[in-house]
Amino acid sequence: MIKLNSNVPEGGITEKWSNHKFSMKLVNPANKRKFDIIVVGTGLAGASAAATLGELGYKVKAFTYHDSPRRAHSIAAQGGINAAKNYQNDADSVYRLFYDTIKGGDFRAREANVYRLAEVSNNIIDQCVAQGVPFAREYGGTLANRSFGGAQVSRTFYARGETGQQLLLGAYSSLNRQIKLGNVKMFNRREMLDLVLVDGKAKGIVVRNLLTGEIERHAAQAVVLATGGYMNVYFLSTNAMNCNTTAIWRAHKKGAAFANPCYTQIHPTCLPVHGEAQSKLVLMSESLRNDGRIWVPKKVGDKRQPDQIPEDERDYYLERRYPAFGNLVPRDVASRNAKYVCDENRGVNGGRSVYLDFADAFNRIGKDGVKDRYGNLFDMYQNITGVDPYEIPMQIYPAPHYSMGGLWVDYNLMSNVPGLFVLGEANFSDHGANRLGASALMQGLADGYFVIPYTIGNYLATEKPEKANPDSSEFKETEKNVQDDVKKLLSVNGKQTVDAIHKKLGLILIDKVGMSRDEKGLNEGIKKIKDLREEFRTDVKVVGKGEDLNQTLERAGRVADFLELGELMAKDALNRNESCGGHFREEYQTPEGEALRRDDEYSYVAAWEYKGPGESELSKENLEFTNIKLATRSYK
Amino acid sequence: MSSNHTCQPERLVTLKLKIWRQENKNAKGHFDEFNQKVSPDSSILEMLDEVNNKLEAEGKTPIAFESDCREGICGTCGLAVNGHPHGPLPKIATCQLHMRNFKDGETLYIEPFRAAAFPVIKDLIIDRTGFDKIQQAGGYTSFNTGSAPDASAILISKKSADLSLDAAECIGCGACVAACKNSSAMLFVSAKVSQFALLPQGQPERYDRVQAMVKVMDENAFGSCTNTYACEAECPKGISVSNIARMNRDYFMAKLVNEKVEV
Repeated sequence: MIKLNSNVPEGGITEKWSNHKFSMKLVNPANKRKFDIIVVGTGLAGASAAATLGELGYKVKAFTYHDSPRRAHSIAAQGGINAAKNYQNDADSVYRLFYDTIKGGDFRAREANVYRLAEVSNNIIDQCVAQGVPFAREYGGTLANRSFGGAQVSRTFYARGETGQQLLLGAYSSLNRQIKLGNVKMFNRREMLDLVLVDGKAKGIVVRNLLTGEIERHAAQAVVLATGGYMNVYFLSTNAMNCNTTAIWRAHKKGAAFANPCYTQIHPTCLPVHGEAQSKLVLMSESLRNDGRIWVPKKVGDKRQPDQIPEDERDYYLERRYPAFGNLVPRDVASRNAKYVCDENRGVNGGRSVYLDFADAFNRIGKDGVKDRYGNLFDMYQNITGVDPYEIPMQIYPAPHYSMGGLWVDYNLMSNVPGLFVLGEANFSDHGANRLGASALMQGLADGYFVIPYTIGNYLATEKPEKANPDSSEFKETEKNVQDDVKKLLSVNGKQTVDAIHKKLGLILIDKVGMSRDEKGLNEGIKKIKDLREEFRTDVKVVGKGEDLNQTLERAGRVADFLELGELMAKDALNRNESCGGHFREEYQTPEGEALRRDDEYSYVAAWEYKGPGESELSKENLEFTNIKLATRSYK
Repeated sequence: MSSNHTCQPERLVTLKLKIWRQENKNAKGHFDEFNQKVSPDSSILEMLDEVNNKLEAEGKTPIAFESDCREGICGTCGLAVNGHPHGPLPKIATCQLHMRNFKDGETLYIEPFRAAAFPVIKDLIIDRTGFDKIQQAGGYTSFNTGSAPDASAILISKKSADLSLDAAECIGCGACVAACKNSSAMLFVSAKVSQFALLPQGQPERYDRVQAMVKVMDENAFGSCTNTYACEAECPKGISVSNIARMNRDYFMAKLVNEKVEV
């Protein structure tokens, strides 16, 4: 069992972070340059962390597997970023953002972390505006806001449908400035393959140079992982092609606890699958739900064209079931309901999609008005499907999108391995069992700009500022293990391609550990994944050499880790005998078919310790709700 | 593919692919030929995935190419298709090029972006680090985290913010360089220069920035602009050449207002 101490500071919720900032130890400015910090990943969390730590005077080594830090998948976030500015005068506040996020997460997040997130949200907007991020503006020159699922106020800041791109390029620009100043050394095209521990503390990483295949050792006094989420475990997801779990999974194998792996978010507004060759799914911002209305035919198997289906034969099922929030219910609720109507064969043409219809919006604000708000999303839809959404309603279907689970961290964002910090989607901390829209960008930047710069100092102040040594036996041994793993993958020489096995894994997971789960299916899933792992071990075919650019080998290493993670997701889902947020167990629902939480037994974070392939041990961090009363999440 | 979805029966098209293969930077390249059946709903990268899966199953070396988001925003994928960066259609990235745009039996030439500043690493993968170097020279506002004033302290007209965002939408793919007969990076550089020039936050370093970025651009094997506008025509985000005009004005002004003139 791992001892999990959340290290939440004493005091009232509103004072915790201020008190903590004062009570944490500091590293004096002259000593900061003696500390090396490794940051893996250059998305919103990683780039903002690397830049800010560089500004503070630390010596930062930043790593990405991309050709440039600007390619990180944060760039694809569309809709926006939340902040409690209350510029709209609609009664928003830090407390309300805190409340919405806890409730949206279905009371499975740590209160103190979430309050801090809401607290620093306003600083993020200031920071980004100063960086020259061109947020949307009103004619009077003030910042514009839009509303998002799970909230009844307008608190989302945006830049057309490209908010992630603009925020990432902002963080990238700060990173570039620190690279130029010599405070950050950038390592492109390097993939982290292991974490190095010295005396039980994180002291470095082993990476593979993706151009040459060379295995490299890098040492530091602390390691920060900001390597994103693991939804590509489903093969088809909205994640970018290269997103993977390898960095956090290998840290997990070195002792870092993995928390709540079964909390996965299936996003409601994605494009339906087109066919066998599909490589990934495409999301369209859920901001579309502000003006689009979701419906399916009332009749089962109705194959009429949408304009042939009269108004009274349409079922606007979200508006019907959830009159208060309507089409703006949180993502998990919207997705599950889409699944149900399609299970009833009431999807478009009896298939797996539902309509997202803008007819009312066209009448209200005109096609130009819609174009102004969502033009690029409409263009994207037309480009991909070949159908003009200004003429024919869009078709959408849920797709795996975001992982709320991740490595366990305490209030300081440090894992149970001393010196290993985890930021952004890679950690588990702030979204509970379901993330609200426009909160991922907020968390990534909060962690990188405003949390880690303080908390890492508190850790380093207790460490000696001595040069880290990448030639110690621990480093050499880790390097050798990595090389052996690479050789092993290349030597199987079986019959199945890496992608073929990855697709099989995806099918098992979406079926058994997808939008709804049950005990029987989860047990079947676990067995199937174990079998598939054996197939991979004995029958995978990885062509090419290790000492070269070899994309098949890169994918093989990632899929090997997904095959272990997938099993842990199923185990975690099986352990959690309740429904909450993105984790819906068929056995636990209210008579109305809503999620049934079981707070007495499951109000805890499930943190898993690695005990070998397919073997894990559960530790629990109990969640206490002293500020927000545990309540059934209702959007009716 | 997922069991949660039903697929419509598909009409496949057969294409003749001529794909650039090159072992490494110094090797001589050539075209390999493939006949590929493909769904009209597939993207060109999904078609390459299928080609590669077949090659891998046969124990052959797959075609090296890069992509990531496959939504046209990360700028990773960059292939020239039939001589056009990102293919013959306007305003899309390679990953957004769907096979329904090609006729059964058509021949497709698939190559890396060609430019002296973007050496080929392997097959269809190129080295675009020159772009990062230009950004590092000045593509930022110089202030540290924590020192920002309230976001609403400075009003910015909607027009300026929109124009700035038009420029900031650049995805850094390099199509502009590949499209230009001189391999000029002027559209790329001017997009970043303009983003800041149009905002109050960019003013303090406006003239230093343009000089610093242009200097590094010139040092990195990018050519000069001779106003053919091929860059704008091929840009997946439709970045306007008016940004180049704005940058030229700023560069000229920089000579007048900056004491540290470098000609």
